Amino acid sequence: MSVLVYTESEGGTFKKIAHEAVSYAKGIADALGTTLTAVAINGENTSALGNFGASKVLEVKNEALKSFNAEGYADVVAQAAKKEGSQIIVLTSSANSKYLAPLVAVKLEAGYVPNVVGLPENNSPFKVKHHVFTNKAFAFTDINTDVKIVGLAKNAFGVKENPTTATVETFNPTVSTGHVEVVSVDKATDKVTIADAEIVVSGGRGLKGPENWGMIEELAKILGAATACSKPVSDMGWRPHSEHVGQTGKPVASNLYIAIGISGAIQHLAGINASKVKVVINNDPEAPFFKAADYGIVGDAFEVVPQLIEKLKEFKSQNA
Amino acid sequence: MKILVCISHVPDTTSKINFTNGDTQFDTNGVQFVINPNDEFGLTRAMWFKEKQGASVHVANVGGPETEPTLRKALAIGADEAIRINMNPTDGFSVAKQLAQVVKDGAYDLILAGRESIDYNGGMVPGMLAQLTGSNFVNTCIGLEVDGSNATAIREIDGGKETLKTTLPLVVGGQKGIVQESDLRIPNMRGIMQARTKPLHIKEPIAAAPETSVSQFEKPEPKGAVKLVDNVGDLVNLLHNEAKVI
Ligand SMILES: Cc1cc2nc3c(=O)[nH]c(=O)nc-3n(C[C@H](O)[C@H](O)[C@H](O)COP(=O)(O)OP(=O)(O)OC[C@H]3O[C@@H](n4cnc5c(N)ncnc54)[C@H](O)[C@@H]3O)c2cc1C
Ligand SMILES: Nc1ncnc2c1ncn2[C@@H]1O[C@H](COP(=O)(O)O)[C@@H](O)[C@H]1O
Repeated sequence: MSVLVYTESEGGTFKKIAHEAVSYAKGIADALGTTLTAVAINGENTSALGNFGASKVLEVKNEALKSFNAEGYADVVAQAAKKEGSQIIVLTSSANSKYLAPLVAVKLEAGYVPNVVGLPENNSPFKVKHHVFTNKAFAFTDINTDVKIVGLAKNAFGVKENPTTATVETFNPTVSTGHVEVVSVDKATDKVTIADAEIVVSGGRGLKGPENWGMIEELAKILGAATACSKPVSDMGWRPHSEHVGQTGKPVASNLYIAIGISGAIQHLAGINASKVKVVINNDPEAPFFKAADYGIVGDAFEVVPQLIEKLKEFKSQNA
Repeated sequence: MKILVCISHVPDTTSKINFTNGDTQFDTNGVQFVINPNDEFGLTRAMWFKEKQGASVHVANVGGPETEPTLRKALAIGADEAIRINMNPTDGFSVAKQLAQVVKDGAYDLILAGRESIDYNGGMVPGMLAQLTGSNFVNTCIGLEVDGSNATAIREIDGGKETLKTTLPLVVGGQKGIVQESDLRIPNMRGIMQARTKPLHIKEPIAAAPETSVSQFEKPEPKGAVKLVDNVGDLVNLLHNEAKVI
């Protein structure tokens, strides 16, 4: 009967979204008067998930699941749900969660709603609020099946401590992983990714060329931020595809989004609107982005950004 | 190789989103509909397989008669045949069920869908379709090669990409990168003329109950005015003391 939450880790360490998902799932469990079980694949120190409200952890240790494999991970989550008799399964909106959720949904004949922004509005019928039209609107959707899958949107609930003693149980589900095989991974391990970042620094066509990204990288480094870009910038090959954000690129739901030399086209805004605070630096006071921003500086990026880097260096040395 | 491209018919990305009937329905008034951008990338890749490897390419949509211009556009771009399952698409699961039937009937080897539709952002139809048809599945795909019954796919992951090896039948959730932006094709006059005579089959849906139902829509609160600052010192202060994000 308990609520089940899937907790994502990398190299054994749980991600912030895993803690957020547990906090949120605990909220649902409390509203339903039941307990919360977390399922963890190759995570370390799993009993710490109790800090956010899990009273039980199903711990899976399996070499075959060392790198993410949607088929195998879906087997784990589905079997954990069956074992616990869970009727509500909480996933996140990470790329991996979105990859495995539809597979779990079919296995369990469960209705699935992604991009959910808060606790259920109602438990019977089970109703959740979620983003649609790429952040241009919300929908309230009923899930009508016995088993329900909720995909929590990033940064929608926050991490909430809820000290609970978690019992850890070894779990050995039967998994199949053979059909899609990872041949090689090409990933910059020293960089913050857009998905994990609290702060994202993004550059547009106003930066004139790829040779001018040094200051964007430097600004990002000081802030511990990920770098991103507008679509034309990646189309022209100034920056890699993986940095393209917006309606047809990666979604951004960071605490702070800094847009430099980006006009603020509707397709760009749609993808980054879920960010909490938006700062715009643009030399055109009429740029549409100013209407969507919280703070703005009208000015030439080539003057403003180096100044901002200097000020932040001062700020960091004073607040270190 | 038989390819099916799943085409979702969505409001153009510039559309203003409004609702009617007490905010229970999407207001299509004045809205221009297009091929879902992620599907257009897949369709363009399918054209490459057609031209270089002799693949046949069908497109399918689950929707009412109003989606036919979108299917005709896919035919004008170069697809050989189109299928419309005559049903109002109310949830991802029921759509995936219909498409699964199309895949079974047509014995397709490769099914190209999009990572997500830009309207409901479900991102669920391709994975469900793979699971329902027992096909392999690669999501957020940014590169695809097929050699006989083997496929090599590149998947975008957080902070990079990975290369995957798999076999057909395969369902792909594609996005920009599976072809480049500059590869997209605008239908020419000849294509548009030919599309008029290409087959567009209309099929009645099989029974498949939706699992979810939207009861209400809501628009986000209007945003307060931007605070313009004159110098970077003030900005750093505001971000630290007011917004508390640094
Ligand atoms: C189907 C479709 C999907 C799309 N999806 C996306 C998407 O997902 N993401 C996306 O980003 N776009 C998307 N677009 C493209 C979008 O419409 C815009 O064309 C794009 O966002 C513009 O990028 P930009 O702001 O970098 O460039 P521009 O519009 O050229 O803007 C450059 C800005 O830089 C400013 N500038 C110039 N010089 C300076 C300077 N020295 N200092 C400071 N500022 C300066 C200018 O005032 C201007 O505002 C999509 C378009 C379509 C049709
Ligand atoms: N009504 C539909 N008809 C055909 N294909 C669809 C339909 N809805 C979704 N798809 C396909 O599934 C992908 C993901 O859609 P979704 O799960 O709705 O975000 C789309 O990019 C399409 O390829």
